[in-house]
Amino acid sequence: MSDLIIVGILLALMALGYQVALGRYRKVTGRSEVRPHSRPAYHGLLVAIWCAIPALAVIIVFGLFEPVITRYVILSALPPEVRDLPTHELRGVMQRIHQIATGFGIVGEARPYENVAATRLGTYHAIWNFALVALVASSAVAGLVYTLRRITPRLRARNEVERVIRVLLLLCSAVAIMTTVGIVASLLGEAVRFFGFVNPLDFFFGTVWNPRFSSVGAGQGDFGLLPLLVGTLMISAIAILVALPIGLMTAIYMAEYASSHLRNIAKPIIEILAGIPTIVYGVFALTVAGPFFADLGAAVGLDISATSAFTAGAVMGVMIIPFISSLSDDIITQVPASMRDGSLGLGATRSETIKRVILPAALPGIVGAFLLAVSRAIGETMIVVLAAGNSPVLRFNPFEPSTSVTVSIVNQLTGDTDFASPQSLVAFALGLTLFIMTLGLNVVALYIVRKYREQYE
Amino acid sequence: MSATDTASASAPVDNQLGAVRAGLKRRHAQERRFQMIGLAAVFAALAMVAVLFGSVLFKGMPAFWQSTLHLQISLNADVIDVGPPPVQKAGQNPAEFEAELTDWRRALARVSWNKILEKAVRGVLPADLADAKTRDIVGIVASGERYALRDMVLEDPSLIGQTIDVDLLADANVDNWLKGNIDRSLGQSRQQLSPGEQEIADALAEKGVITQSFNTGIFFNVDSRSSPASAGLAGAFMGSLYMMLVVIMLAVPIGVASAIYLEEFAPTNRFTDFIEVNINNLAAVPSIVFGLLGASIFINWMHLPLSAPLVGGLVLTLMTLPTIIIATRGTLRAIPPSIREAALGLGASRTQMVFHHVLPLAIPGILTATIIGVAQALGETAPLLLIGMNAFVASVPSSPMDQATALPVQIYLWQGNENFNFFEARTNAAIIVLLGLMISLNAIAILLRQRIERRW
Amino acid sequence: MNDISHSPSAAKATATKAPPEVPQESAAVPKMRAEKVSVHYADKQALFDVDLDVPENQVISLIGPSGCGKSTFLRCLNRMNDTIDIARVSGHITLDGENIYDKALDVVELRARVGMVFQKPNPFPKSIFENVAYGPRIHGLASAKRDLEEIVATSLQRAGLFNEVKDRLDEPGTGLSGGQQQRLCIARAIAVNPEVILMDEPCSALDPIATAKVEELIDELRENYTIVIVTHSMQQAARVSQRTAMFHLGYLVEEGPTDMMFTNPTDKRTQDYITGRFG
Repeated sequence: MSDLIIVGILLALMALGYQVALGRYRKVTGRSEVRPHSRPAYHGLLVAIWCAIPALAVIIVFGLFEPVITRYVILSALPPEVRDLPTHELRGVMQRIHQIATGFGIVGEARPYENVAATRLGTYHAIWNFALVALVASSAVAGLVYTLRRITPRLRARNEVERVIRVLLLLCSAVAIMTTVGIVASLLGEAVRFFGFVNPLDFFFGTVWNPRFSSVGAGQGDFGLLPLLVGTLMISAIAILVALPIGLMTAIYMAEYASSHLRNIAKPIIEILAGIPTIVYGVFALTVAGPFFADLGAAVGLDISATSAFTAGAVMGVMIIPFISSLSDDIITQVPASMRDGSLGLGATRSETIKRVILPAALPGIVGAFLLAVSRAIGETMIVVLAAGNSPVLRFNPFEPSTSVTVSIVNQLTGDTDFASPQSLVAFALGLTLFIMTLGLNVVALYIVRKYREQYE
Repeated sequence: MSATDTASASAPVDNQLGAVRAGLKRRHAQERRFQMIGLAAVFAALAMVAVLFGSVLFKGMPAFWQSTLHLQISLNADVIDVGPPPVQKAGQNPAEFEAELTDWRRALARVSWNKILEKAVRGVLPADLADAKTRDIVGIVASGERYALRDMVLEDPSLIGQTIDVDLLADANVDNWLKGNIDRSLGQSRQQLSPGEQEIADALAEKGVITQSFNTGIFFNVDSRSSPASAGLAGAFMGSLYMMLVVIMLAVPIGVASAIYLEEFAPTNRFTDFIEVNINNLAAVPSIVFGLLGASIFINWMHLPLSAPLVGGLVLTLMTLPTIIIATRGTLRAIPPSIREAALGLGASRTQMVFHHVLPLAIPGILTATIIGVAQALGETAPLLLIGMNAFVASVPSSPMDQATALPVQIYLWQGNENFNFFEARTNAAIIVLLGLMISLNAIAILLRQRIERRW
Repeated sequence: MNDISHSPSAAKATATKAPPEVPQESAAVPKMRAEKVSVHYADKQALFDVDLDVPENQVISLIGPSGCGKSTFLRCLNRMNDTIDIARVSGHITLDGENIYDKALDVVELRARVGMVFQKPNPFPKSIFENVAYGPRIHGLASAKRDLEEIVATSLQRAGLFNEVKDRLDEPGTGLSGGQQQRLCIARAIAVNPEVILMDEPCSALDPIATAKVEELIDELRENYTIVIVTHSMQQAARVSQRTAMFHLGYLVEEGPTDMMFTNPTDKRTQDYITGRFG
């Protein structure tokens, strides 16, 4: 409620500031000989901006201190024996007090000291909110008045407004960096907590994956990464074996042979494959491809499990085909026409030209595409969740059920999540492993592709 | 002039020509083979598309037509013994009125709707099934339908005492039985439908009481476990809608702003180079890692609620941000520098140039980038599983903070339903809906691109 | 169109007045002959009924302002226009009396006999050795590795490049200077031992010194090969060729011995062009 009031006050003050600034601008420029530097709207905007900036600063500072002060207020109202409770029990008590204070209601009867603290908290909240509203309003007004007094014909209002816009744009591009920082920090932070439970050596080199349920109790499970890693690599390898030949040959045919008619029809259709959500591939693998492979295996006397590394890999390969074909297509068409002419002019056939000149010339780019595809396959989740059989046993037969790093992340972190048990935290160690693997592949691949592009620019 | 006239040229030429000619046949065969392999690859890829769509359509379309009973139900006042709904009397305390209304609703809920249904079904049963068991008769109708009947009366109390025509969904297993999804030759002990129900279902289908009617419930109902036949996508759809709103409201402005900064303002130095590399890498980070980020930061650290579309939307925002930035930058880069120079030459500041000239020209491209990003977010499943959006939610979320699920997650949940015999079709129907949405989005993107694309 | 001397007889008549170093008898038997060659790019006609003889063991240059169809004509001579989807060629071109647009003739064989050097040096991203060995390899001209090495060495020698690169044959061809690259491309073309070499403005991307070397090379190559060169530099045409053909707007305007063309052109357009009124 008080949030809405603050937003309302702020918006009103900004609008007011804009209007007042326009008026002041007219008055100041009217009696001056100097040609004003900026258009009136920029003066208005500048005042509105300087109205908002101090107010936002106040809100942020208040927001930072709020939890600290709340905690202090509650603690000071609690009897000493409660204050000395162990941390997690104390946290429970404080949550109950919050719920009483906000009128949310709690389970069971409120203890007297809880009621006392809740009343205290309520009073404090009222004061706090009032102070916040007052401070926000007065700082906004202060900013407004100060900027208003700065308005002269010479004021470079446009430059100042533009500087603020530029800072805002810069902040927006920092979001991407913050995301990376957030990923690294959260994965690393939680993984370190996990390694407090489990020795990193046991994790990275363990051959048994059996995390058990956290509810079973202190009984430590086995957190060996290797079965998952082997499954991931096996499934990715199968996917690449399917996708690379088909994708590359498709790209070659599209770039070198296909009539523009065929290209215009076939290319968008194949690219549809890239836009289909992975869950759809997963269901397809589970209900269509898996049973089909099992029947096929039975027909030729091979024992193929319906949910297996092979099923997941093959269907994932289909998903990756357009990824490889469109990247390779781009790269092949970037090979200069003079190369093609040079080879054809010597009497080479088209296929000789492709195999001996174009592909070698495009090789770095294709390697880049290949690495990106591998990274894509390693990080793929839903197809493997549904079609690989979820069997975290170290084995190398692609026709038996398997699993992957991503599947285990899903398994460990869905359902009741408690961020204090190794069973949940291991998901972050797995995520860290996954992140490092894909990051390495991506960095190398993007570097190669970039260098390749520069070569022909 | 024959070839021998060239004998004046050196002898090796003829030898070489012979060598070239000798190899021609083999080389042309090789050429044809290579071309065939290429064509085969193209057709293999096209065939995959066909198989994928074919199987989804083939399996999913039947779910849009579902076994429905057309019944005449008499809402006898002596069975629905609740009296008229209370009317607020002049001067009556609102709280008292509210209590009366609640009592009336409770009474309505206590009515034995099963009995009413049974009576209606018995009315249309052939004579030889007159002694059918009550349990079997009630089992024919999807269990959620009696609440639908109750809600109908709740909406319009004047129906009490009338006889009305209604369409009610048949039970999921009846639907399977009539569609032939159940192997009728299996022993009775392994049938999901009791022998009595089987007879009734067949008899009603023969009489035309049960027909396959278009099933609007799949669009307008929420998910249901107790009454699989009436499970629908409404809740998941709203969940996805809320998330897409969050993505559009956050990812688009932030993405476009950072693309503008990087393309139009940023100095070329190590820092911007780092941002660039960083964005490209972020675009290739597996989606599940964003789920981990969401679980750790939004759920564990910021204590945002589990299963909320708001959190899902935030995670998807971070995930689609790089896509939108990269696509928008491509658009900005395609705008010829001459336009920028023209604006700057007239004395516009850099900011004015960008916002008055470059940005308006980039709008079609930005719209396309937005749609690409939204389509990517719409189909994403894995990160949502990690922030609890796979919870079973039997209501339409009314705000982005309510528990909800999403379309792709609903597909995941339905494919895992124990009554997979029935849910296989529904899963594929949900896939059809999802793919339909994505194809429409992309079609809009293509259309926009063609409509407002400028040529320089 | 009266003033266009496009009939083969007229070409022959002028050929007799060619400079003394031209072997007279070979001029009488043209290595290649084009009759009524027209080229369309989609709906646009780029070349109109060109008739031209290419005499054996001589250098003939095709000159004219840009867009006049000289490169288009050159690309007809080894059917490089086949690689452009929208190009359509009509008329007759013969090589030693055989119609090169005949269905029975293999374009691969044709290009082995009629090699081509392009405007921009386009060495393959391979080693110098592999660049030169490319043609012999695909055509199966050398069975043993020694034969291949010999072909490469001779070709490089003939292209006057051998001494410059003999110590670094396994370095990438793209690492050479522009002039060296173009001579590498010439070596690559002659490694297949073609009968005719087509050169499409081979010096336009080169500096004067490199150009001089390539021109010297062309003069030497005349002994063993028939050369057709497209150039926009009249000085170059005068320096390297025995005969010159002038193209304008898709028409062959005039053809004759080079010194005649430059001293006494019959067509006004040739005169205008060589005096620099347009071009």
